[in-house]
Amino acid sequence: MILHVDSVVMAIIIGIFSIGLIWLVARKATSSVPTKTQAFVELIFGFIDSQVSAIFHGNRHTFIAPAALTVFLWVLMMNAMDFLPIDIMSKFYGFLGLHEWKHVPTSDVNTTFGLALGVWFLMIFFGIKAKGLRGWLHEFFCEPFGAKIWVWPANFLFNLIEYVSKPLSHSLRLFGNMYAGEVIFLLLGLWAATGVSGIFFSSILGAGWAIFHILIVVLQAYIFMMLTVVYLAMAQEGH
Amino acid sequence: MNLNFTLIAQAIAFAILIWFTMKFVWPPLLKAIEKRQKEIADGLAAAQEGKLSLEVAAEKNAASLKEVKQKSAEIVNQAEKRASEIVESAKKVAKEEGDRIIASAKSEIDQEINRAKEELRAQVSTLAISGAEKILTKEIDKKVHADMLSKLAKDL
Repeated sequence: MILHVDSVVMAIIIGIFSIGLIWLVARKATSSVPTKTQAFVELIFGFIDSQVSAIFHGNRHTFIAPAALTVFLWVLMMNAMDFLPIDIMSKFYGFLGLHEWKHVPTSDVNTTFGLALGVWFLMIFFGIKAKGLRGWLHEFFCEPFGAKIWVWPANFLFNLIEYVSKPLSHSLRLFGNMYAGEVIFLLLGLWAATGVSGIFFSSILGAGWAIFHILIVVLQAYIFMMLTVVYLAMAQEGH
Repeated sequence: MNLNFTLIAQAIAFAILIWFTMKFVWPPLLKAIEKRQKEIADGLAAAQEGKLSLEVAAEKNAASLKEVKQKSAEIVNQAEKRASEIVESAKKVAKEEGDRIIASAKSEIDQEINRAKEELRAQVSTLAISGAEKILTKEIDKKVHADMLSKLAKDL
């Protein structure tokens, strides 16, 4: 049994940090004039809430919206670990006695696939909860081509592909982006080690990639959150 | 791509985080925001209501002001009328009084005149008598007097 301690520990620390931070604000949330911190948290809250309400037309406050908030913040913060310069941080981790410590959990496919799998189970759970086991199985065999018995295999195949491809695309999109980002930073670092021209070009390109990475980090967190919401909403509302 | 137990650990962490957010983070924020929204809506409604009542009060005010103005104008008119009436009656009374005074004065003057006349008459008669006495004592012309007496006698 292999466990990537770095991914798990970093993910838990980041999760406690990010969710705990807004929990501290939410605990003392007032309905009167909010503090600046509360206003900022409410900004995030409002953003998530409006995104979810546009997609999901049910009681979103019991589960989907909080889940979306968790996913967005957690993934965003895990992605944002990529902003820390890898060379300095590896020195720091080496000083702590942690060699080959990777601090971006989302550049580990296990993390992204773990999240996607969690969403996948939730999707099945909510699908069965909303339609009943019969309805869910019926949909599995009778969508999208119809209820005739001779199209059942085709329907089943289509749904199987859909159910397999959803978590795969969900997780690999995030993983691919974050992994590639890290690899490019590493390659630029290697190039910088080759000489003066390497330092010159890699610093310019590194700055450009870092700026672009700010966009990628937020965008991938947003996409991951939106896909989570879309999958869960689709599971409850049918095709 | 080496999937391993990390996957399960991350999924469990994910589930716990979602549960935590669901229980402790989302509800208080939602409550606070919804309460504030309600408060703002109530405040706006109250402001609207206040504005309306203000308008009603202003209308009422204007109406009562108009009424009061009308009333005061009426009162002023009445007072003026009453004042002129008083002045008229006073004039009348004064005139009557004056007339009375004049009349009484006139009658008094008449009385005075009469008395003076009486007195004068009395004095004139005494004067005439005394004069006559003096004249009589001085010259008595028997002839003349006889003629006069005879004439008087004739006239009788």
